[in-house]
Order: sequence, then structure tokens, then C-alpha cells
Amino acid sequence: MKRFTFIAPLLVFVAIAAYFAVGLTRDPSRIPTALLDKPVPEFSLPAIQGVEKGLSTVDLKGEVSLVNVFASWCVGCRIEHPVLMELAAEGDIPIYGVNWKDKPGDGAAWLNQWGDPYNSVGDDADGRVAIEFGVTGAPETFVIDAEGRIRYKQVGPITPQTWEEDIKPIIEELKS
Amino acid sequence: MIPEVGNFALVAALMAAIYQAVFPFAGVLGRDQALAATAASASIAQLGLVLLAFILLTIAHATSDFSVLNVVQNSHTAKPFVYKLTGVWGNHEGSMLLWVLILALFGAALAGVRNEDAKLKAKTLAVQGAVAAAFLAFIIFTSNPFARVFPAPADGMDLNPLLQDPGLIIHPPFLYLGYVGYSVVFSFAVAGLLRGKIDADWARAVRPWALAAWVFLTIGIALGSWWAYYELGWGGFWAWDPVENASFMPWLAGTAFLHSVRVLEKRDGLKVWTVLLAILAFSLSLVGTFLVRSGILTSVHAFAVDPTRGVFILAILGAAIGGSLLVFALRAPLLKSTAAFSPVSREGAILFNNILMSTACVTVFVGTFYPLFIDVLTGQRISVGAPYFNAVFRPIGLILFLVIAPAAALGWKNGDISGALRRLWPAGLAALAVFALALFIAWPKHATAAVGAGLAVWAGAGTIIDFLRRINVRANSIGGALANIGALPRSYVGMSLAHLGVAIVLIGILGAGLWRSEKVVFMQPEERVVIGGYDVRLDAIIEREGPNFIAETATFTVMREERMLRALSSERRYYPVRGMQTTEAGIWTSLKGDLYLTVGERHPERGQVVRAFYNPFAVWMWIGSGVITLGGAVAAVPRRRRQQASAASKATVKAPA
Repeated sequence: MKRFTFIAPLLVFVAIAAYFAVGLTRDPSRIPTALLDKPVPEFSLPAIQGVEKGLSTVDLKGEVSLVNVFASWCVGCRIEHPVLMELAAEGDIPIYGVNWKDKPGDGAAWLNQWGDPYNSVGDDADGRVAIEFGVTGAPETFVIDAEGRIRYKQVGPITPQTWEEDIKPIIEELKS
Repeated sequence: MIPEVGNFALVAALMAAIYQAVFPFAGVLGRDQALAATAASASIAQLGLVLLAFILLTIAHATSDFSVLNVVQNSHTAKPFVYKLTGVWGNHEGSMLLWVLILALFGAALAGVRNEDAKLKAKTLAVQGAVAAAFLAFIIFTSNPFARVFPAPADGMDLNPLLQDPGLIIHPPFLYLGYVGYSVVFSFAVAGLLRGKIDADWARAVRPWALAAWVFLTIGIALGSWWAYYELGWGGFWAWDPVENASFMPWLAGTAFLHSVRVLEKRDGLKVWTVLLAILAFSLSLVGTFLVRSGILTSVHAFAVDPTRGVFILAILGAAIGGSLLVFALRAPLLKSTAAFSPVSREGAILFNNILMSTACVTVFVGTFYPLFIDVLTGQRISVGAPYFNAVFRPIGLILFLVIAPAAALGWKNGDISGALRRLWPAGLAALAVFALALFIAWPKHATAAVGAGLAVWAGAGTIIDFLRRINVRANSIGGALANIGALPRSYVGMSLAHLGVAIVLIGILGAGLWRSEKVVFMQPEERVVIGGYDVRLDAIIEREGPNFIAETATFTVMREERMLRALSSERRYYPVRGMQTTEAGIWTSLKGDLYLTVGERHPERGQVVRAFYNPFAVWMWIGSGVITLGGAVAAVPRRRRQQASAASKATVKAPA
């Protein structure tokens, strides 16, 4: 028994290292297979304070669209934001926002400060809908097809590069 | 030509490190003292070679040598010169080179320190050499900063503008000094286990290194948090980002180590536990590196992501942590502690501190890696956000701040808790008064902050009272009491400063975290916003051109009751090469609180978006961090003429109860 106490740290480390090793093979931006090509979960989110329109499942049907999960406390969102603004200015694809785990008023303040690229924004204050979407952190962006199915998930900021190489081709394919 | 020399220097440094890892052991085993002593020369040679490589990379960056891939990816001719220099470590390859440079610095410093126990020193240097060899190999095989690109492009891609900032010039070096400083502690632990003897001499040899690493890590974390505060423009200072957590975990383990190593030094106890903490502190530093460099968790900081690097670092992790824990499993049972103590004693209090620190550390670890574990087990993706950390850190903090002052006032072996508490009554009274006052002002919105304010006062005032008692302030004239400070043990003065600093930091965190007020408004020039008792007037918005950015500068006048107090400006910068924006917040810092202004988008009719914060006591976070750092530094500086000094302290200072 006493012997075991001394071996325990090693065993704990071996277990953790095994997780790390398997974790390395997982692409952190991989969408859970359970959700890919499935319809978006049923939800209806109220509008965030200071903005008129909320977001629900029906908004995501009829057209290829992006759903972007953001939060005012999220630094990556700041990095990504200029890209979203540019996409919104081009106007080729509607962008919907899910304001994730923000305090009332913070989301709207953020949009006021940096600009609002979203067609409408739902307030997911307790993070329930984000869980249904399998969100792991902000920012994350989902490509939704015209039938309202999730076709792609981008984890982390959309950069000009990821947009050109990963996301745009998928959207073009979905639109054709 | 220069990059090739750099490459060569790295390979030569790897050879020196391998030599350093192998031959001292052979020397000690073969009882060949001369061979064992070559470890010192090898570590100095390694430092020279790594330094050469680092200087050559710096030259490549300074002269914008775009035939070097690393320069192309992180520099631009228009970038200000100072950021050309700091851009050397503003990227993956360069920062790993800095990591290894600091590792070599510590190795050479260790070689330069006189140590009575030559065998322990040789073994410690050998372990240090093995760590250096692993990381040099990592750089050479997966992250070569001297890789060429042909044909050389006309200009570079510029450095991430968030990193073009004075805070980021010094933040990573300090963080690395902390991380890597624990490698020395780790090497001592492994060497001590290998020889099967961990005693008070071992503790005395290792403690200055542990303190140095801890001081650097504290500065590094504080700088990182300060940078986030003024550069990211969201008014916050800590987001429980995986990379922030990665620096916090070794700090927690290192703090626990600093406490328990005192028991080892003074009372020959807690041996197994102390040596395990030494291994853990550096292991967590390595895990932090793994986290940042493998891209295994998504984070803002994960600028460079590459799976091969992840596999390589995981292999290093396995060898270093797995290897050291194997040595621990085999050798730690040989360690015998001789100390016996009652639970209510300095030793008991330190053990309790260790339990709290370890709990905090495990909590952060679980919160950081839980998403990964769940993913591996079930394939599901979940998230742990700041709410989890805040929820679990509150109770831990509550207990910590309750016990910190009375625990530090306990004597060794068998303490007198009721006596300690009786002496601290003025602190208790002050804490209750502050709590009541804060509750009165803040009810009901900031009730938690009021509890925190009371706790901070209890911990801070309690620390001061014990200090005053130790210098015998009642019986002495002020001059005599001040003279007594000089005679106090350095470790006690350091501890008091660090504990006081922690209490001060708590005040700052409460003010800026829980007590802040915030307004977001549209403003036209000449319009005003009232925040934190100030009248802030927007004067003008000017466009200006920086060296590699275009900026929109808003100038403000801060007023109170129509009296102009000062001008303040805030800026939004656009960096065309990377297509990124940054904010430069306008901050007016005073001891009472920070006025913090940022500007956002301009609405054609309604005007400029202005976000104004008032963060009460924010500056105390940095002041407190400074006090903590000072405490660590005071305790770390070795004492000259220690015999006379300790004799003097026995004569003039009342022994602890």
C-alpha cells in the first residue's frame, strides 16, 4: 500500500499523457460526427439587450448562412471581427450571431464599439444553445446550408486565410 | 551566411548539452572527479553557442533579411526597429530559441555557483543538460528559426500587431525565466532522489533557485495580465484562457513548494511531498509549453500550431515527467523524515497551504483539460468557461485569506492558535469595519466584493501586526524597531511582504473585477459622458499615420465640476499588412481607480462609440504584484555572514511564540 503511494504520481501522469497522445490526433476544429450534416438543433433565442431581433431555427432555413458564436470577453472574437465586417459588407452570405455567456448589455456594447456584422443576434446567456451546437469556446462559426443543416464548423477565429481556403469553397459548393 | 552559422551553433550547442547530460554521471559513477567537473565547462560552452545563435537570429531580424523564412513571416521593412528586435521572440521558433537560451543561462549560473556538494552539483547539471538537449533537438528538427526561403520575397508579412507592444517585449522573457527557472529546481530534485538524500542542505541549495523562478514567473504573469488589461481594450485582466492557466499552474505548484521547502530546511520534514512539488512545478511548465505549442486546445495565444511539434513535445514531456516520476517511485521510499509536529503549528499551517495550493492547481488543470478528456472519451465537445473557475476559486480564496495571517503567526512544532488570534484582534476589527462599510456602499449588487474586501484587510492587517510584533515595536523607539528589521531573517521579511502583496492584489482584483462601472455611448465632439465621478468630454477625432498602421485618435478632456483635470487620448489602429485592428486604451491611473476609455466604430449620424470604464483600485493589482515580487526577491538574496547575522537576530529579536 505504502509502495503504491509513491507510484501513484507516475500512474496519474501516464494516464494524462495517454489522453494527450490521443488528443493530439483529434483536430480541435473537428465537428462532432453526431452533428455534421444534421439539422441545426431546435432553438429560439431572445434578442440581446439593445438589439431588436433574436435568433431561432427558422431563421436559418432557406439560404446558406453562417452562425457565429461570439462573446464580448473573447479575445479571439476581436481578431476575427474585421473579417466578419468585411464579409457583411460584401453581402454574399447572411451572418447570424449567437452571443454566448455574456452579461446583459455587454454584447450590444461590443457590437456598438466594433461594428455589427450580423443580420440578427440571439442571446445565449446561459450557454444552453451553444451546448446543443457542440460549441467548445468562442469564437466558433458554423456553415448552415439552405435546408438548415450544419455542414462545417470553424473553431477559433476566421482569418482571411481560413476563409479563402476552408470556408469559402464549402459555401460555393453549397450554393451551386 | 549568417543563418548557416546560426544553424551550426545550434547543432554544436546540442552536442555540448548531450555531453553535459552524459559525462558528469559517468564521472560520478566512476568516481572520476575531474570528469564530473567538466559539466560546468560544458554548460558554459552550451550557453555561448545558444547565445551566438540567438544574436545571429536577432541580426537577421534587425537587418530584415528576407531570405530567412522566420523573418519573412514575422517582420516587415516598415515595422518600427524596436519591434524588429522583439519580433525575434514574437513567434514560435524564436520564442523556443529564447526558451533554450534562458535554460542555458540557468545552467551556466548553476555551474558558476559554489556548492560544497560537488556530486550533487554534477548530477544536477547533468539533468539540466538532458533537458537542454531535448529542447535543442526540438528546435533543430521541428522549429528551425534559420530555415531559408528561396527566392527571397521583397517584403515580409509583419508581426501580429497585438504583439507590437511594449508589454509584449518583456512579458515572454519573464514568463520563460520563471518556467525555465523551475528546471533547476527539477534538476535538483531528480539529482537528490538519485543519490537518495534530500535534507536541509539540499533545501538550502535549491531554495534561492526556486525563489528566483517564482519571482520571474510572478512578474511574467502580472505583465501578461497588465498587457491584456491595457491592450485588448475590454477592461478585463484575466480570462482563464488555457495559456493563462498554463502559467498559473506552475505558479501554484511553485508557491506550494516554497512553503514546504521551509519545513524541509527547518525541521527535516515533508521530504517526499516537497520533492514531488519540485517535479510538478517544472512538469506543469512543460505541460504549459505543450499546450501552447501543440495546438491541442484552441486559444487566442495559439499562434503557431503544428501536430509534429505536438508529438515531439509530448515525447519530451513523457521522458522528463515520466522519467522523473519513475525515479520518484523508486527512490522516494528511501527518504525518511524525522520531524514530528502537531497539526496546529507552522508545519501544519504550511501543509494546509500546500493542500489549498494543490487543490487550486488541480482545479485549474481539470478546468483547462476537461474538454480534451471528454473529447477523447466520448467524442463530444464541451466547454468550461470563466464561470467554472470563478465559482471554484471563490471558496478556495475565502479559506486562503482567512488563514493566511494567523497561520504565518504560528510557531514551529507546536503552535498556539488562540494566542495568535488574540494578538490579531485589531486586524479582525479593521476587517469587520471595512466589510460593513463596503456592504453598506455596495448592497446588494456587490455583496461578494464586500466579503472579499474584509478578507483582504484581515490578511493584510494581520500580516502587518505580526511583523510589528516581531520587530518589537511596542517596547522600542521607532529607530530601534527599524533597526530590528535588519536583524529579522530575510525569509520572514520576504514572506510578510509576499503575504501583504497578495492581500493588496485581492483589493485590485475586487475593484477592477467586481466593482467596476461601465458605460457605452455614442458621442459627437463636445459631448460628455459621466463615469466614476468624472465628466469626460470628447474633443476631437483625428486620423494619423503611424509607421506601419493608420490610426483614428480620439482626444478627451477629463473634468470634474467644470474644472479641467487632464487630457486623455484613445486610439484605434489598423494594420494593413495583416488586416488587423488594435485598440490603445486611454487610461488615467490613480490610486483610487483607473479611468479607462476606448473608442469604437463611427456611426454616420449618432457619432463615435465610446466605451468608458471606471475600475476602482485597479492599480493595486500591479502594486501588489510588485510587493509580492519584492518579497520573493528579499528572501532569495543570499545572506552574507550568515552566522553573525543569525546570532544577532537571536539576541535582539523576540523568538516567535
